[in-house]
Amino acid sequence: MSKELKTVSPDFKWNEKIDGAGPGGMITSAGNSHLFKTGDWRSMKPIWKEDACKQCLLCHPVCPDSSILVDSETGKMTGIDYEHCKGCGICVKQCKFNAIDLVEEGK
Amino acid sequence: MAIRERLSGNEATAVAMKQINPGVVAAFPITPSTEVPQYFSSFVADGVVDTEFVAVESEHSAMSACIGAQAAGVRAMTATSANGLALMWELLYIASGSRLPIVMACINRALSGPINIHNDHSDSMGARDSGWIQIYSETNQEAYDNMLMAHRIAEHKDVLLPVMVCQDGFITSHAIENIELVEDDKVKAFVGEYNPEFYLLNKENPIAVGPLDLQAHYFEHQRQQAEAMKNAKKVILEVSDEFEKMTGRKYGLFEEYNTKDADVCVVVLNSTAGTAKYVVDQLNEQGKKVGIIKPRVYRPFPVDEIVDALAKFKAIAIMDKTDSFNAAGGPLFSDITSAMYAKGVFGPKVINFTYGLGGRDVKAEDVEAVCNEVLKVAETEKVESVYNYIGVRE
Repeated sequence: MSKELKTVSPDFKWNEKIDGAGPGGMITSAGNSHLFKTGDWRSMKPIWKEDACKQCLLCHPVCPDSSILVDSETGKMTGIDYEHCKGCGICVKQCKFNAIDLVEEGK
Repeated sequence: MAIRERLSGNEATAVAMKQINPGVVAAFPITPSTEVPQYFSSFVADGVVDTEFVAVESEHSAMSACIGAQAAGVRAMTATSANGLALMWELLYIASGSRLPIVMACINRALSGPINIHNDHSDSMGARDSGWIQIYSETNQEAYDNMLMAHRIAEHKDVLLPVMVCQDGFITSHAIENIELVEDDKVKAFVGEYNPEFYLLNKENPIAVGPLDLQAHYFEHQRQQAEAMKNAKKVILEVSDEFEKMTGRKYGLFEEYNTKDADVCVVVLNSTAGTAKYVVDQLNEQGKKVGIIKPRVYRPFPVDEIVDALAKFKAIAIMDKTDSFNAAGGPLFSDITSAMYAKGVFGPKVINFTYGLGGRDVKAEDVEAVCNEVLKVAETEKVESVYNYIGVRE
């Protein structure tokens, strides 16, 4: 497997060699999207209602950002990863039990 | 022993590609470069190369396929001319910006319209700032030799930039000349194996090529690219030295011809330099002190070296086989005069001649008229006209 990307900071100088990046902006350590926090792009926020949730987990495969958190031991949904959720609302749309609300961010 | 042959410029280019044996050639036919992939595809059909030949449906796709192939981890090559190069436009920048050492034969042709299939330099000159190294070739021999050196330059770790080897459409591309070929095994040893540090098909180290690169990093990557182009100058000289050791044929950043005792100089690219040498030999015999500088490496532009070589002349005529349509002279003229100004060289008087557009025949008399005009400027110390045309009916 590839090396962990050490930095995604905007501080490096043009003539510095940095781990995880090559010539022409090439990314030489694949599988690093978890390091890029996209949660602040969100304008709408999904709110999980645990009481209404039947744990069918259909929201998990449709989430484009792998932001439905599932406990690997119990196999149950535990919440939403707001560091990466962009608020697309696909999980809300597909939920059969109205267990996820979509509200305006900041309200 | 070198192999004596007689080949057209296109065939010589294709033979060089055969000896290089790249992983992928993707090309679309366009006059006058068509013969390059045509000859090459016969090598593929005959099984004498291992290359995957991709017969794409446009030059846009040709360059796209080369970018994909080179990023995947093999040598990718193509050939084109004029509007074909123009159709590659956005990809030229993707190739150089992604630092992919693709090698292209550019068989120079007028960039229409009105439509014209014959030689001038309006195609490659338009691409002079696309981040490609540009090497110009006077003869079939030079086109072949430059092609053999191209990968070594492009793939050097301090460079990693694509290379365009230019030659004059029809004039050299279709004219058969005597040529000395290097033996296959020597070419193989000289060019070497392609071992990229990073490539897409390396499952041990997966990478992403050409990712989104915004305000935080794009500028730094462009700065790296600019440095790579600066580095290319040294690498080109090193590779040329090594090539000379193998073949005895010497190449530099530009060629000086009869400049030692000259008072004036004509600067001219590609095949017209051959005509100019013929003219200058005769003028020298008449006691007219004129020499020639023929740039070989146009990108990177050898600012220091060319200004050093030009500083001593009383007058210089710079010939451009394209019109920049900027009311301020052709690209070679602009680059050389700005280099002289930046280096503080104000001595020589400099005039510009646009010539040979759309394949207009460039006769010895035309070059002689340029020589006589620049000799007159030196003698009178007066420039009557900076921006001139030669060979147009007026």
